[in-house]
Amino acid sequence: MNRSIIISSVFHAVLIIVTAMSLPFLSKKPLDIPPIVSVELIQIAEKTNVPFAPKAKKIIEKVKEKEKLVSEQAPPKKVKKTKTKTVVSPDQNKKKIENQTPEAIPLPDKTVKKIKTKEENKQNPEKVDKEVKQVSEFEKKDLFDPNNIAALIDKSKEETAKVIKKNNDITQDQERNIENTGLTLSEEDALKAQIFGCWSIPLGLPYNENLLVRIKLKLKPDGSVTKTEILDHARMNKPGQGFYKVLAESALRAVKLCQPLRVPTTGYERWKELQLNFDAREMLEG
Amino acid sequence: MIKKIITLFLILIPINSYALIEVDITRGNLDPLPVAVSPLSIDEKSRKSFEKTLNKENIGEEISSIVENNLSTSGLFNPLNKEAFLQAPDIANLKPRFEDWNLIKAQALITGKVNYVDDKLRVEFRLWDVLAAKEMMALAFTTVPTNWRRVGHIISDKVYERLTGEKGYFDTRIIYVAEEGPKTQRIKKLSIMDQDGFNNKFLTLGNELVLTPRFNPTSQMVTYLSYFKNLPRVYLLDIETGTQEVVGDFPGMTFAPRFSPDGKKIIMSLAKDGKSDIYTMDLENRIVERITNHPSIDTSPSYSPDGKFITFNSDRSGYQQIYIMKSDGSNVKRISFGNGLYGTPVWSPRGDLIAFTKLHKGKFYIGVMRTDGKGERLLTENYYQEAPSWSPNGRVLIFYRETKTNDKGEGFTAKLWSIDLTGYNERQIKTPTDASDPSWSSLLSN
Repeated sequence: MNRSIIISSVFHAVLIIVTAMSLPFLSKKPLDIPPIVSVELIQIAEKTNVPFAPKAKKIIEKVKEKEKLVSEQAPPKKVKKTKTKTVVSPDQNKKKIENQTPEAIPLPDKTVKKIKTKEENKQNPEKVDKEVKQVSEFEKKDLFDPNNIAALIDKSKEETAKVIKKNNDITQDQERNIENTGLTLSEEDALKAQIFGCWSIPLGLPYNENLLVRIKLKLKPDGSVTKTEILDHARMNKPGQGFYKVLAESALRAVKLCQPLRVPTTGYERWKELQLNFDAREMLEG
Repeated sequence: MIKKIITLFLILIPINSYALIEVDITRGNLDPLPVAVSPLSIDEKSRKSFEKTLNKENIGEEISSIVENNLSTSGLFNPLNKEAFLQAPDIANLKPRFEDWNLIKAQALITGKVNYVDDKLRVEFRLWDVLAAKEMMALAFTTVPTNWRRVGHIISDKVYERLTGEKGYFDTRIIYVAEEGPKTQRIKKLSIMDQDGFNNKFLTLGNELVLTPRFNPTSQMVTYLSYFKNLPRVYLLDIETGTQEVVGDFPGMTFAPRFSPDGKKIIMSLAKDGKSDIYTMDLENRIVERITNHPSIDTSPSYSPDGKFITFNSDRSGYQQIYIMKSDGSNVKRISFGNGLYGTPVWSPRGDLIAFTKLHKGKFYIGVMRTDGKGERLLTENYYQEAPSWSPNGRVLIFYRETKTNDKGEGFTAKLWSIDLTGYNERQIKTPTDASDPSWSSLLSN
């Protein structure tokens, strides 16, 4: 009887620990609900051109109005002192500094230098990836509008703390976003365009059969492929799967021919493993 | 117990990792695959023996050029220039230096060896994946030396099948009507040749008019229509033995006899009482069965490869259109609805498409549509062309095209052409005379 109770309690304890570890929101401090800013997050790169959705526009306009109100109330005099303290506070971590790019905030010269030196030190792309996250034009213009920030800073320390927290939140959200969606549109486009050129589609394949070859790649930072693995490998040697085998071989040839792949210059941890899904139906159907 | 708990604990610990990024590749290039066809190596003794028996200086090179030509005409492969090859044929066959072949952008490599063994031709060949640096296939054949062209075709078929996933069509023959003389007094002979235009033979003397020869899909038997005392007769001809027999005399006009997929029946249209209907004839018991019964003109029947359906053209809607029905004549359904007249439907051996001739605004088109009539694609357009016939793998169509005569009645020609399903790879097949009504055989070797 006692033994059962002990086992049961041990299991319960384990489950509680596991649950606690599994739920990330428990391990972090509860976030303040951002009172002002709502941001449409997109991953920016050279070719990406995602228009703001109408709904997002409305939110942006509302935010602008709110922020204007704040800035009107705020006396502009004490800006410099507080700004230096809050933005380049030694307590802030690198992420915060990276977020507040020199373009966005007209900082005093000293501060800019500090930021620049930190940027220069980050030559390792892996580190840069984790820490440098691009921010949308909207964020740059509106969130870091010097007037607004000045106004916020001026109000009180609490207000400035809120702004910084908000910045943190955005950085975390964006990181999560990139993790979830993978490559940016233009990164994906560049990779696709390269492989499209290398892949000679076997024209004899039937268009009306479900032929999809999934290949998992392990990549080096320079885009060269260290390992290829066909995920449905067993299907290759099954009788009656001649078409699948032909398609898989053509896909492997394409990967080999395309090396080194046009991978992003940053964020190796994100794409060091990639899965390519080769599907020729669209082309074969004509 | 503790161990178990720890194991359980470790299993349940969430691993904080990045989700695997997936990229969908839905487009590629349709360029022909670059292939290097290395000449088949041959030792000096064998070379001399073949020179004596076949009067060919280097049979290895001859066979490899057949392979090269076949792959090139398919439009799916681009055989690379031999002058760019860095490795000698004999060494390449033992162990290719893949870097060298990679350098000239070859993605596949064909090597091989020819030997003269006991008065026979022995050919072994290998297909290599240059990028993966591995052997894809290795085969050997032994045959009588006179069969050397077929060996080239068989190698082509095997390479084609391994690289495209579908059967080849190179070890096949084409039967057609050879035409000579002025347009008003044409002499028409039954002729046969390899699919690449070689080994042409005339099977009839040209005393009688011959029309619409069609291969049996299961054997080297041909059915055709010939006029005897101005009456059409349906004949059967065995290509292997040369024996010929009359299937039957039919009252009225007979058109376009064609075999059923199992080769046991002939389907054709017979004209009676001013209307034309579709009939089948069992070749064993010679029983004729009527399939359609409609006061319109139903002609050009063709079976689906499973034998369950028949496609034909009919003017029952007022204009000539394509229909399909069950093989017993039930469930007749019109499938062509485009502008113009549709005729000569032929069901693909793969079963997925129907090829046809279309006449629209004075132009003739060869096209394909799905068996439900959707997805119509016109592959080629010309002044006059018709009678498409499928290659045994359902990838290429052969047809004939006539040119316009000038004011003096000169300049008329009729030639055989082939086009693949992409519509880009159109080629003339050279024949010693003018030619019409081609029919493609099934593969001679399986």
